[in-house]
Amino acid sequence: MANITNTPESAGSNLMARALREAFYAGLVALGLFVLFVGLKTDQNILNELILVQRWGLLAIFVVIAAVGRFLSVAYIRPFLARQKVTNAVTGLLPDSVATRFFRVPIVVVAAVIAILLIFAGNAIAAALPAVLVPWVTMIRALAIIYVLAFGFFYFRVYIAAHFNTLAIIALIFYPPVMVYFFGYQGSLKYVDNFGIQILIYVMLAWGLNIVVGLAGLLDLGYVAFYAVGAYSYALLSSYFGLSFWVLLPMAGIFAALWGIILGFPVLRLKGDYLAIVTLAFGEIIRLVLINWTAVTKGTFGISGIAKASVFGIWSFDVSATNNFAKVFGLPMSSAYYKIFLFYLILALCLLTAFVTIRLRRMPIGRAWEALREDEIACRSLGINTVTTKLTAFATGAMFGGFAGSFFAVRQGFVSPESFVFLESAIILAIVVLGGMGSLVGIAVAATVMIGGTELLREMTILKQIFGPDFTPELYRMLIFGLAMIIVMVWKPRGFVGTREPTAFLRERKSVSGSFTKEGHG
Amino acid sequence: MALETDTMTKDPILKVDHLSMRFGGLMAINDLSFEAYRGDITALIGPNGAGKTTVFNCITGFYKPTMGMITMRQKAGKEYLLERMSDFEVNRDAKVARTFQNIRLFSGLTVLENLLVAQHNKLMLASGYTVLGLLGFPAYKKAAAQSIEQAKYWLEKANLTDRADDPAGDLPYGAQRRLEIARAMCTGPEFLCLDEPAAGLNPRESLVLNELLRSIRKDTGTSILLIEHDMSVVMEISDHVVVLEYGQKISDGNPEHVKHDPKVIAAYLGVEDDEVEEVIEQIEEIAVAAPGDTPK
Ligand SMILES: Nc1ncnc2c1ncn2[C@@H]1O[C@H](COP(=O)(O)OP(=O)(O)OP(=O)(O)O)[C@@H](O)[C@H]1O
Ligand SMILES: [Mg+2]
Repeated sequence: MANITNTPESAGSNLMARALREAFYAGLVALGLFVLFVGLKTDQNILNELILVQRWGLLAIFVVIAAVGRFLSVAYIRPFLARQKVTNAVTGLLPDSVATRFFRVPIVVVAAVIAILLIFAGNAIAAALPAVLVPWVTMIRALAIIYVLAFGFFYFRVYIAAHFNTLAIIALIFYPPVMVYFFGYQGSLKYVDNFGIQILIYVMLAWGLNIVVGLAGLLDLGYVAFYAVGAYSYALLSSYFGLSFWVLLPMAGIFAALWGIILGFPVLRLKGDYLAIVTLAFGEIIRLVLINWTAVTKGTFGISGIAKASVFGIWSFDVSATNNFAKVFGLPMSSAYYKIFLFYLILALCLLTAFVTIRLRRMPIGRAWEALREDEIACRSLGINTVTTKLTAFATGAMFGGFAGSFFAVRQGFVSPESFVFLESAIILAIVVLGGMGSLVGIAVAATVMIGGTELLREMTILKQIFGPDFTPELYRMLIFGLAMIIVMVWKPRGFVGTREPTAFLRERKSVSGSFTKEGHG
Repeated sequence: MALETDTMTKDPILKVDHLSMRFGGLMAINDLSFEAYRGDITALIGPNGAGKTTVFNCITGFYKPTMGMITMRQKAGKEYLLERMSDFEVNRDAKVARTFQNIRLFSGLTVLENLLVAQHNKLMLASGYTVLGLLGFPAYKKAAAQSIEQAKYWLEKANLTDRADDPAGDLPYGAQRRLEIARAMCTGPEFLCLDEPAAGLNPRESLVLNELLRSIRKDTGTSILLIEHDMSVVMEISDHVVVLEYGQKISDGNPEHVKHDPKVIAAYLGVEDDEVEEVIEQIEEIAVAAPGDTPK
């Protein structure tokens, strides 16, 4: 810094000029990109005619966001980041990290006061305010709570990092009771079902795919096919033969694993792009079979009225059953018990997946998968049968997909081919890549951020106030998903957790930096 | 060493008979026959593009030879026809291990893990093809502990114990070469094929490597076949040398014999056959003059 000769003012004005120029270009690019996507929309009018809806206001917002974002980035964020790397000439210390500045104690106290106030008195305040302001109150409350929680995480970060797994499991076990305590049975549904179960399903799917992509390095774009096999195995076998969930759960896994082997055989010779394309095609084939084999699968209508799961056959959740959970315990009728049960069920399935994956990684087969990802030819020179090794990876990954699928069927009570489109495979793969291939924790975080984030969008009624009542935030979730992916990939090219934990060590366990691990080539 | 093995009855561990390998119009190996003897270090040498790596790939099942027969005879007397086996079976069943000219380590796995992957088949069996191991049977735990001991033994030998927990990709070049050899040895081979193990090593690392190869032979009785360009290494440690040029054998014998074979000299200097006599005369002149020139 010291040897920069030009005066701060001239440097500053130069920077401003550049920032303005770049902001202008960014706005221009955004205009070019979005003029057809956002500015115009085709729609049907009452007469079923195709009409063009013009949305110049929305377009303007997009362009302004792009321009302002660029301006802020060039004028303030980048210089700020550069300053973060320069030590203070007097003290010789680096400036406070962004996080310590962000979590100053006075701000935390204020946030905590606001959070507590709004948690207990928020509804009363909202009732007193005009309806327009109600979403703002909700948002401020949510932000304050998130901020205080984030401060807690930040303050105890060393402890949390050391005991992450235990803490996460405890938090998840207490999640439904806490939600019920705060929001009541009916109110907790949203948090337990939409957030909890939804996220955990994706965690499980991503952990399953992680075995194939993250460990064995085989790019599988058709993973959702196994999810579909699991879901339809349960749906069909339970509605045609009346078998119970606990019998069908393992069967769904076995069927999916069999399909994994069936897919595995032809694609074993293929590598890279070819493998990806064939797995993609396989996923589509399964979906098309489900659509067209109407005699069995009822095609696009799907299968509805799928039997609910029971607590190991002891207590049922059917309203008419004599051993209904609520009746047995003399509780008021509510659908929340079933959802809470499902939450613990998927949590248990997730933990099973994690347990098996961790165990397998330390077994010869798991090491062989990772070795396969690193160098297939070297594997063969060491006497490893790569054909069976790949098949077991496919089958194991598929099995967990099958478990998740049967759970999905039980949760929805309805399956149709529409749930198993390519987009699902892409999302699951994106979660694996974002999380850091091979890392269970990273993947769980990625699933929480991605799926939780898209669910959160639905909740953001406040966006309707900004963008107008026609604005449906869910429709933009893919846009935001993509944006998040780009940001993460720029910021952390190896995903949230880019390092690899070794499966055995002699003296000390050192994480392997992501720059040494390979992504696989097949 | 060389004298000892010469006096032993020659017991071939590997027999290559009329091996030919054609790539399109190119005869990379043309009717090659040679034998490698049990307990020997056999060197396969020849100019660039002579087909040495191709011979290795045929022996270890990575290429299917166009013609010929490769027989591996194990200590117990069991014979394997390597040209009929696939690459991983050559290692698993016939007990032939190999390294690669361009090092192929699992760079994202630690050094120790590299050595554990090499013991895959043994451990798979011990873990009941994963099922028993997953359930935590003690037999697997014992086998796993043994495999770590085995890895430690080879880490010690390859002088890599200090780096055991580092990623293999982080090692310096010489250490990577040694690790690749240690990894091949962890598969428990009777016959070890090394493709240019000394390539890119400095003289000190090269000496350490020679030591390692000698101790492998001495302590495990593993026979070695190695490709090498560095003549000092070849002359120093090999008992038997086979020379290849344009896919054909031009010389075969002990190092002393090969060193003075005019065909070999011609091949290495790249001269026509009729000029060989001339070259040999020149070399002999130099050899006569040399002892006085370079006193050590
Ligand atoms: N897979 C292949 N396809 C086509 N040609 C090949 C193949 N492998 C080797 N060759 C050719 O066969 C010949 C012998 O190659 P090889 O690699 O065996 O030589 P080498 O003796 O190992 O040489 P170097 O000392 O450079 O390693 C070369 O001309 C090479 O181009
Ligand atoms: Mg070669």
